[in-house]
Amino acid sequence: MVAGPPSSPDRQSTVAKLSTAGAARYAGSRVNRVEDARLLTGRGTYVDDISLPGMLHACFVRSPVAHARIRGIDGSAARALRGVHAVFTAEDLNPGAKEQWHTSLGPESPETPRPPLAEGVVRFVGDPVVLVIADSRYLAEDAAEIVEIDYEALPGVVDYTTAEGAETLVHEEYGSNLIFELSGTPESALGDVFASSPHVVSATIHQQAYVPAPMEGRGLVVDYSRATGDLTIYSATQAPHEVRAFCSRLLGLPEHRIRVIARDTGGAFGQKLMVQREEMCVMLAGFALGKPIKWVEDRRENLLAAGQSRHEHASLKMALDADGKIAAAHIDYVSDCGSYPTPWPVQTAQVVGALFPGPYRVPAAGFTAKTIYTNTVGRTAYRGPWQFESLAREVLLDIAARSIGMDPVELRRRNLLRRDELPYTNPNGMPYDHISPLETLEQALTMLDYEAFRKEQAEARAAGRYLGVGLSTYVEPSTPGFGYYATEATTIRIEPSGKVNVYIAGGSCGNSIETTVIQLTADALGVNIEDVATIQGDTAVTGFGGGAAGSRSGSMTAGAVRETASILRERILAIAAQKLEASVEDIELVNSRAIVRGTPSIGVSLAELAAVAYFDPYSLPPGVPAGLEVSTRYTAENRFIWVNATHACTCEVDVSTGAVQLLRYLVSEDCGPMINPNVVEGQIAGGVVQGIGGALYEHLAYDDQGNPLATTFMDYLLPAATEVPLIEYGHIETPSPGPGGYKGVGEGGAIGAPPAVVNAVNDALSPFGVTITRLPLSPSAILAHLEGVGP
Amino acid sequence: MAERTIELTVNGEARTVVVEDRTTLADALREQCHLTGTHLGCEHGVCGACTVLLDGEAVRSCLLFAVQAAGSEVTTIEGLSPADGSLTTVQEAFRECHGLQCGFCTPGFVVSVTAFLAENPTPTDEEIREALSGNLCRCTGYQGIIKAVRLAAERLQPANAT
Repeated sequence: MVAGPPSSPDRQSTVAKLSTAGAARYAGSRVNRVEDARLLTGRGTYVDDISLPGMLHACFVRSPVAHARIRGIDGSAARALRGVHAVFTAEDLNPGAKEQWHTSLGPESPETPRPPLAEGVVRFVGDPVVLVIADSRYLAEDAAEIVEIDYEALPGVVDYTTAEGAETLVHEEYGSNLIFELSGTPESALGDVFASSPHVVSATIHQQAYVPAPMEGRGLVVDYSRATGDLTIYSATQAPHEVRAFCSRLLGLPEHRIRVIARDTGGAFGQKLMVQREEMCVMLAGFALGKPIKWVEDRRENLLAAGQSRHEHASLKMALDADGKIAAAHIDYVSDCGSYPTPWPVQTAQVVGALFPGPYRVPAAGFTAKTIYTNTVGRTAYRGPWQFESLAREVLLDIAARSIGMDPVELRRRNLLRRDELPYTNPNGMPYDHISPLETLEQALTMLDYEAFRKEQAEARAAGRYLGVGLSTYVEPSTPGFGYYATEATTIRIEPSGKVNVYIAGGSCGNSIETTVIQLTADALGVNIEDVATIQGDTAVTGFGGGAAGSRSGSMTAGAVRETASILRERILAIAAQKLEASVEDIELVNSRAIVRGTPSIGVSLAELAAVAYFDPYSLPPGVPAGLEVSTRYTAENRFIWVNATHACTCEVDVSTGAVQLLRYLVSEDCGPMINPNVVEGQIAGGVVQGIGGALYEHLAYDDQGNPLATTFMDYLLPAATEVPLIEYGHIETPSPGPGGYKGVGEGGAIGAPPAVVNAVNDALSPFGVTITRLPLSPSAILAHLEGVGP
Repeated sequence: MAERTIELTVNGEARTVVVEDRTTLADALREQCHLTGTHLGCEHGVCGACTVLLDGEAVRSCLLFAVQAAGSEVTTIEGLSPADGSLTTVQEAFRECHGLQCGFCTPGFVVSVTAFLAENPTPTDEEIREALSGNLCRCTGYQGIIKAVRLAAERLQPANAT
């Protein structure tokens, strides 16, 4: 069923077509999601909804201190409790771990050694030390409470900005708290440009730790049958096939004896991409006991141990000529990676450096990128893991504009890449193409009516009210086309009845991949959308796929569906041509029928054609095989697909309370043609609000002893419906060189929002001469900056 | 720990469940009644994913013990929609407005909004946002949810009844 959105006069959705994409029946329209019927009625199947006969429950005993030696563990009282099946320590569990590496990184990646349970030393508050298995989670928690662990406290390394020189080492065997330092062009090589430029601006920008916090935490059910040697895992994951491959290596079980099922996953945003230590423990315990075991983390565990993201800072420097044209830019970047970063964080840090010039004409640039261990929870991926480059650059550009005395819009107009300059390789070697940064800026400004806002702002200031506007423009690599992520497979089966099933790896955590695949398949085969179903998230029945990561699902599934459907199309057309006594070129596939072009009354249904293919194979045209089921594997044609957007935000700051109210929020993005505008806008909105949360509210804070201060939603402040503005969307369509011209759109919202909000607040506070460069912009932080200064 | 037997009505059916004193209503619904549509997002009463109706009033089932619901009538997400599998006006509006993505918070929102519109059938935008502020969503940025409530309110007006 196709339905448009309800009319809503206040919702702006502007589409500017710079070039046209092929017409399609479903792609491009606001098709209702096929996932919704089950999710709206409470009939979804999340991992915690799985219940198996004889299933046991897991609970971890976690370290209460940031850094300590484990002198002894006494689990005897816990073991004696009725209903407790096992109390595992590192000694019991860890020797079972054969290998532990992710396919996406390969066996050679210099990962931090990750013991399943802490061995000898705990390295952060929340570090899993003991695993209790009991009849229920209640009993497992009872038992966990009476496990006695004797700790010998060690000095902790909590502040990553001083960790490099600290005497205490987080991982003694590593020899340093500096994980790695990578650099591009050194600042010294840019010295002449900085020395000779009329304008040189510098700043240090700090981003606090904040996290994906999906509404469903991590979790899995492991079910190992000793009798058959088969192991089934129900997992909350973005990448079912990665879980299977990882588990196979961890346990030394052949990959084909493991089945990973991920039906519904309650949000992920990067946090459920990798297999973390707790999941390794449950796999090992399930294998050891031969009984089904469930572990679903609670919110406290999620905020304590599922990972931190975003904690970083950088010293920035930018040289501009007399006209405000950028001459050089340099970033010294440092990232807090906690104790057990997953994955190895060095590549992400490098991307921060390499993308710092963004979608601007920057003739010379350089960077250093340091990654640091601390006694805090490990760094994990979060929607646009390198987004600090945009925060840093965009906030610095506004600082530059104020310093030069130029409007920030004018500064951006003079420096943003123009279409006629593409392809363009930035000074760090990033080869941009098929992007439209200047067009998105102009569209956002038009939608906002920038001039009118500036007038309104001046009037408000005269009345003692402080409004501000903030912009940010970024370019982002989506759809990585190499290594583990280079391919995606589909099987399409047109069943004997003519109904269609599409099998694809999936990994949906809310990103609507089921609906996307159904739309694309219905178009590719000319069938009605209600005749198509899809099966995803089950490694036993789908070919290997990299999962939902790197904003890849849209483009890669489009490629995979196209490849497979084109072979089926050819067969259907051949069978239909024979049956209708027409030439293949004259056959059209519409509404689940093959018809003779121009004569819709002469046709044959897909069901009739399928019946021939399956049940009358001897009458098939020469060369056409029996049946209508095809599997292919699509290989990406591009190393990356670039995608870009401009965010514009207006706000009012109450200078007596420090409260920030967002007034308008606009996003002009270019993700190429949209498969489903509802999904595109939904992805943008979700990312934007996560970015707003990071800019203003969320903080995974620690005290200076390494104690986490935000382990509930009372302390870790997610934006609620009362905090968010209405988001207005503008779309520019520059087709990518990938399948269908599509681009990835999953991560961008979270990249663009923090700098737009920070710039808006700083613009509002500009009459006070105040520029805040440390996030979050909480009321207390704003008031502290305003103390003693006047407009 | 001591167990006791309680009787309650869940989605119109009389149920007898055996619970510990400490068993939360949410766990009793999920584990004893096998109604897994009620989700647990924080277990400390902030996120609202576990919202159910207790004698018609929206409550957080993670903050109530099952024994507190003895003798009461509980409606979960599974009990809202008609048995034929069709959607309620509120559910249909969520669907049309892209008011859900991963769906984990959705049952809590749908139950809360159902109770809210029963109490306030003609809400202002501000009242809608206020009413939604007790439920957290991490996927949608609330955009589609706010629209869905407005649409459901419009459609539920007596004049618009079909």
